[in-house]
Amino acid sequence: MSATGIGAPVRRKEDFRFITGKGQYTDDINRPGQTHAAFLRSPHAHATIKKLDISEAQKADGVIAVLTGEDLAKDNVGGLICGWMIHSKDGSPMKAGSHPALAQGKVRYVGDHIAVVIAETLAQARDAVEKIHVDYELLKPVIDMAHATDSGSPVIHDVAPHNQVYDWHLGDKGATEAAFANAKHVTKLDIVNNRLIPNAMEPRAAIGDYDSGQDAFTLYTTSQNPHVARLVLSAFIGIAPEHKLRVIAPDVGGGFGSKIFIYAEETVCVWAAKKVGRPVKWTGDRTEAFLADAHGRDHITHAEMAMDDKGHILGLRVKTKANLGAYLSTFSSCVPTYLYAPLLSGQYNIPAIYVEVEGIYTNTAPVDAYRGAGRPEATFVIERMVEVAAREMGQDPAAFRRKNFIKSFPHQTPVIMAYDTGNYGASMDLALEMADYKNFGKRKRDSAKKGMLRGIGFSAYIEACGIAPSAAVGSLGAGVGLWESAEVRVNPVGTVEVLTGSHSHGQGHETTFAQLVSDRLGIGIDQVAIVHGDTDKVQFGMGTYGSRSGAVGMSAISKALDKVVAKAKKVAAYALEASEGDIEFKDGRFSVAGTDRSLAFGEVALQAYIAHKFSGQDLEPGLKEGAFYDPTNFTFPSGVHICELEIDPDTGVTRIDRWTAVDDFGNIINPMIVEGQVHGGIAQGVGQALLEGAHYDANGQLVTASYMDYCMPRADDLPNFDIGITTTPCTTNPLGIKGCGEAGAIAAPPAVINAITDALGHEQIAMPASPQAVWRAAQKSLHKLAAE
Amino acid sequence: MISVSMTVNGKAVSAKIDPRTLLVQFLRENLLLTGTHVGCDTSQCGACVVHVDGKAIKSCTTLAATCDGASVVTIEGLAHDGVLHPMQEAFRENHGLQCGFCTPGMIMSAIDIVNRKGHDLDEHTIREELEGNICRCTGYHNIVKSVAAGAHAMAGSK
Repeated sequence: MSATGIGAPVRRKEDFRFITGKGQYTDDINRPGQTHAAFLRSPHAHATIKKLDISEAQKADGVIAVLTGEDLAKDNVGGLICGWMIHSKDGSPMKAGSHPALAQGKVRYVGDHIAVVIAETLAQARDAVEKIHVDYELLKPVIDMAHATDSGSPVIHDVAPHNQVYDWHLGDKGATEAAFANAKHVTKLDIVNNRLIPNAMEPRAAIGDYDSGQDAFTLYTTSQNPHVARLVLSAFIGIAPEHKLRVIAPDVGGGFGSKIFIYAEETVCVWAAKKVGRPVKWTGDRTEAFLADAHGRDHITHAEMAMDDKGHILGLRVKTKANLGAYLSTFSSCVPTYLYAPLLSGQYNIPAIYVEVEGIYTNTAPVDAYRGAGRPEATFVIERMVEVAAREMGQDPAAFRRKNFIKSFPHQTPVIMAYDTGNYGASMDLALEMADYKNFGKRKRDSAKKGMLRGIGFSAYIEACGIAPSAAVGSLGAGVGLWESAEVRVNPVGTVEVLTGSHSHGQGHETTFAQLVSDRLGIGIDQVAIVHGDTDKVQFGMGTYGSRSGAVGMSAISKALDKVVAKAKKVAAYALEASEGDIEFKDGRFSVAGTDRSLAFGEVALQAYIAHKFSGQDLEPGLKEGAFYDPTNFTFPSGVHICELEIDPDTGVTRIDRWTAVDDFGNIINPMIVEGQVHGGIAQGVGQALLEGAHYDANGQLVTASYMDYCMPRADDLPNFDIGITTTPCTTNPLGIKGCGEAGAIAAPPAVINAITDALGHEQIAMPASPQAVWRAAQKSLHKLAAE
Repeated sequence: MISVSMTVNGKAVSAKIDPRTLLVQFLRENLLLTGTHVGCDTSQCGACVVHVDGKAIKSCTTLAATCDGASVVTIEGLAHDGVLHPMQEAFRENHGLQCGFCTPGMIMSAIDIVNRKGHDLDEHTIREELEGNICRCTGYHNIVKSVAAGAHAMAGSK
């Protein structure tokens, strides 16, 4: 391992600008002549707009334009789209209601966009928004997903008369029923996966800019996938053809899924820039982020698991209602279907699985992918089920899991996925040892002496990352391919620029991608620049989400590097006057086998560009190669997390005492960065389990719309984390990488809830397990104990 | 419009501003010091923390007018002659940041913690003192490490 190569805990190249205040986030950018946009948002969850009067706003100080849905329609600007088609059991396509960027006649959630004011200053734009008069006819809102599809429920979209987007299923119903018929024990559980609000610390922002001389647009925006944004804005929304639309996603302050999607605000800013003839800037405030960023999770599930008399799992059936909110966001439809149900086999050998999912409209913000996207929901179901099943059958939860672990690979589950490799027992062994499981009983007794309830909870998670083989996802309804592209440009002096379609918004690609180049070409990472986030620089790319940038994005770079080395060998052969077959490349030097003649990588690069030693007829000058990498399978990171906590039954306060995380991410480029990803994921998962929950009241008002009402994890809510690693390299990509970005968020919620229910001695606790909820549950346990 | 004058990162500045201008707007929009960020509307997240007369404050809920005559230090004012402040160096060395958005506020708060609580900070103290700064990326594990390391380094650099 070299100092800056694969496996080295290299300090991050990007950090200098962030720690000195020199990062360039979208709101830090200002364009000459810039105007400011503010949106009028619906204060009602469900209403028709009888009259929209903008005349007073138009006359307000500093106002340049007030634009509405009517103006969008006049300009033939298309609506926002959902890019994944799901078909119901009966073969009918999902019912996608239209989603104009500014409301056309109806509003469907609090925060829905009605009009935009563009003014000289932000304060003037905001003042003028209050001068728009809207005459609403209020409709009864549909808030409670459990009853949204009841007959007589108000209709949110005419295309979906019962508010049902789809009624989908996966797996073998007959085989699953047969498994249950043979069961000796059946575990049944009702499970709620609470609704979350992503809360990247940088609010979304957009600047639309139009160059009339070139008839071309530029959009600066907070995006995890600028090329996808360009594709949607161009091909579907119709702002401009792709060669006339440049999308720049500069430094982005966290995404967690919420910045994948193409939203109303950036659509309006880029469209309005041409209308007003000046750049239009919008920066969301935190309240807008709460109201209108796509939310995450929000499932209601009933699950049943069948076991034989020894505790071997025979079958699993799951019925889930998934809240998709008021409109179908960009990838929302696939999250509770293909990113969820195929993960329900977990790490276990389950012969038969049948899953039914109903997608449901409600008058709430759209729900889409949030860190883990479907996989945390699946993991919460299966890891609660195995924990409860083990307890019901009087078996140790670790031993119960181990008994049911998949032990030979490749393994085909009954729900699409073919796991290539893994060693679940090894992760369990290491986790038990690190967590000092054997002495847990003593610690529990010590806690009891202090009047505290101590519990331990396991989560043996799996996820499907490296999203995704294009043909496979195409057959499942995806509107795009999910490969990645890369271009490696070697300069004449031997420095390297890598252009990647991946986007870094905290993951540290500028460092890890450079480490790959350093490793392959034998040059230092300071000789490498990673270029991303600009559609004019990078030809195309699918962006960063689903822990795909290592497994897919770096595999594309690896492929391009292979081509660079192959070409450089040809150049070296000419320069060293040897045959190409005799050229060896090692540690940054090209040498002629069996001789002392050699050239450094930089010298060969120069030879490629000056082209003095070969004829252009025999070899093209220059050293630049591109590659598209399309994965052949998903990757399957896995691991075991163990949460040990203590509950104060007098206050309901839960304190996490120890967290053990053992993960198998395949090969690792930078262990420091990987550990950081795990820490952050666990924090979000603990947030879901203990602190966070989006709540709408019966009228559809979001009552958790600020940091005073929505409890974000603070430093003093969390412990330090003990991280362990086991490794089975992925067999289907050239680097053996599986991906690490979402693991913590996937693993953590069931580990916490399994620990709380262990401490309480019963299974009834909902997320977030706030002190109040835990106190109530603890009182029940104490009463039960007293009665016994 | 009103006039304000203050010292920002050692430089005297003055401007005519709308009386409702917040300190963070004055820093970001008038002075183009965009290292100070805005992450919320309710003074919870701490991305906007700067030092006014040596104390950490949230610049998103401070009127620029109230800082007339004050000495303000922002994240841009910490490094001198290309040498990072020990707390900046500690965040880099300990991977105390990911997306970087909360980082300037974290570093400004961390220095303030050391100024108030000394150089030998235990984990519990650091976690409690960071209550007013939210990070969504790191899970705080490495931020806590960074603050402890930075606090020690600040003692050595005196």
